[in-house]
Amino acid sequence: MAEFWTRYRRNRAAVLGLGILFTILFMAATAHLFYPEDPFRLVGRPLSGPFENGFLLGSDSLGRDVASGIVHGAKTSLLIGLIATLVSIFIGIFFGAFAGYFGGRVDDLLMRITEIFQTIPSFIFAILLVAIMKPSIFSIVIAIAVVSWPGVARLVRGEFLSLKNREFVQACHTIGMSDLRVMLREILPNCLSPIIVIGSLMVATAILIESGLAFLGLGDPNIMSWGFQIGAGRTMLRSAWWVCTFPGIAILITVLAINLIGEGLNDALNPRLKERQ
Amino acid sequence: MPRSSKIFRYVSKRLLQGIPIIIAIIVINFFLLNLAEGDAVDVLAGEAGSATPEYMEQLRKKFGLDQPLPVQLAVYLKNVLVLDLGYSFRHEMAVQDLIFDRFAATALLMTSTIILAVGFGILLGLMAAMRLNTWKDAVITVFALITYATPLFWVGLMMIVVFSLYLGWFPTSGMENVAAFYEGWDRVVDIAHHLVLPTITLSLFYLALYTRMMRASMLEQYGQDYVVTARAKGLTERRITFVHVLRNALLPVVTMAGVQVGALIGGSVIVESVFAWPGLGMLAFESLFARDLNLLLGIFLLSSILVVVVNLVVDIIYCFLDPRIDVE
Repeated sequence: MAEFWTRYRRNRAAVLGLGILFTILFMAATAHLFYPEDPFRLVGRPLSGPFENGFLLGSDSLGRDVASGIVHGAKTSLLIGLIATLVSIFIGIFFGAFAGYFGGRVDDLLMRITEIFQTIPSFIFAILLVAIMKPSIFSIVIAIAVVSWPGVARLVRGEFLSLKNREFVQACHTIGMSDLRVMLREILPNCLSPIIVIGSLMVATAILIESGLAFLGLGDPNIMSWGFQIGAGRTMLRSAWWVCTFPGIAILITVLAINLIGEGLNDALNPRLKERQ
Repeated sequence: MPRSSKIFRYVSKRLLQGIPIIIAIIVINFFLLNLAEGDAVDVLAGEAGSATPEYMEQLRKKFGLDQPLPVQLAVYLKNVLVLDLGYSFRHEMAVQDLIFDRFAATALLMTSTIILAVGFGILLGLMAAMRLNTWKDAVITVFALITYATPLFWVGLMMIVVFSLYLGWFPTSGMENVAAFYEGWDRVVDIAHHLVLPTITLSLFYLALYTRMMRASMLEQYGQDYVVTARAKGLTERRITFVHVLRNALLPVVTMAGVQVGALIGGSVIVESVFAWPGLGMLAFESLFARDLNLLLGIFLLSSILVVVVNLVVDIIYCFLDPRIDVE
């Protein structure tokens, strides 16, 4: 762990990213303390600019507080990003592990399915899935997971292919371990580091997809999110630029921080890769 | 066997591989249609205001909706193969006609985006690789990082704020000034004027992508043996870069341009709805609001097929570009 941190710390940008992410997490966790009101509530004069009428970042056309929306929206973005990524990693490991471990026909079949999902234009597919299932946290998570797992499946398959003939795996076979146990307890832990790296980058992509869906009006109607704020503010662009601008900056900073962390994790977990470059 | 007939065999093999993918996509489409609440008859009844259960039953029979699922699937497959994608009750038009009406606008936007993104991406990547570890390289890298993290719709809205509302250089939305009744060259100029902001917005993400790829690809080529040979021959660095390294570094970027078409279609839904560009993306956005599922599925199907076809075409172009590619 100490060695990991020493290597991670060498990438300054990644440390900065971690700092930013902690700030955003803190913001999301304390949202109810600083803004106890429901972010959908109308709390003041509509279309007040930043620093006007007691609004830090202004208010929208209905008098909702933009700053309150941003801190409450942070929860939505991070939560959906994280859960959707976990679900898609789960699907990806399932497909990739079976394809790589068993090879042959199983591999052919699973990889064909993966290929089909990789070919389908992912954002339109996500739109379609949410539209059919009706917008809710659940449908958004499922839609993002369904369009993001093929990358994980390919990665896990490659790792399993290269690990399954190693000596320690053969030793497991010799002592009569079951296939499932070899896959889960022996091979999978050995390919965790690339999965962690790809997972961290997927959280960033998931947040971008979620904001895009919410912008198009496919967000959960009961939950404040950054994409929804921007979508709701776009008609007021001429008179109230701040309604769209600040939530967008929040998305930009969050996604940037997570990407930086992903690169740092890559440097720290796959040191050989770094030395080769 | 001569190379030309090998390529022919390779192409037909790839064509055959594309067919099951397309059929699978059609089947997925069919099941999504069935997953949705209500069928076409419910929609029709809703439009009409009132309908007796007997009448709805009769309609279901007429559309074949009372048949078992496999039969319906077979009928659906047959319909799609003859390019019958169903009927849009909102627009009162066949889905395929609507799609073909709007296709040209999207094709225009996508073509200009690809040209801009690939062109500038190659240029910036080349610059970054030649000025490795200088401030120019750092600026280009930071630009790519930030662009990766920015949502497209927000870039579009900010472009409108700065360049349309504040500076007044470009129109905020639409594809042309319909009220002006421009003809000939004036109309071309008008459309180009409207095209600028959507193109820049859509191309930013891909610009960052191609820049990073081009930089990495150039650096990889610089490490190859043939570069050492060229240096030993006494060629100038300039000549090595532009004649030898550049050509080889371009290949992976060309492939990437093809692979990214699927993502580009998704991006165009966002960009078109921000700028009210009257293409397929805008149509998808409208159909979302109108709950016009038939239309949305049609757009989805067509864009999936487009991705399969483009990937195929890129593969074929690729084996003409690079004679080393094994087409066995």
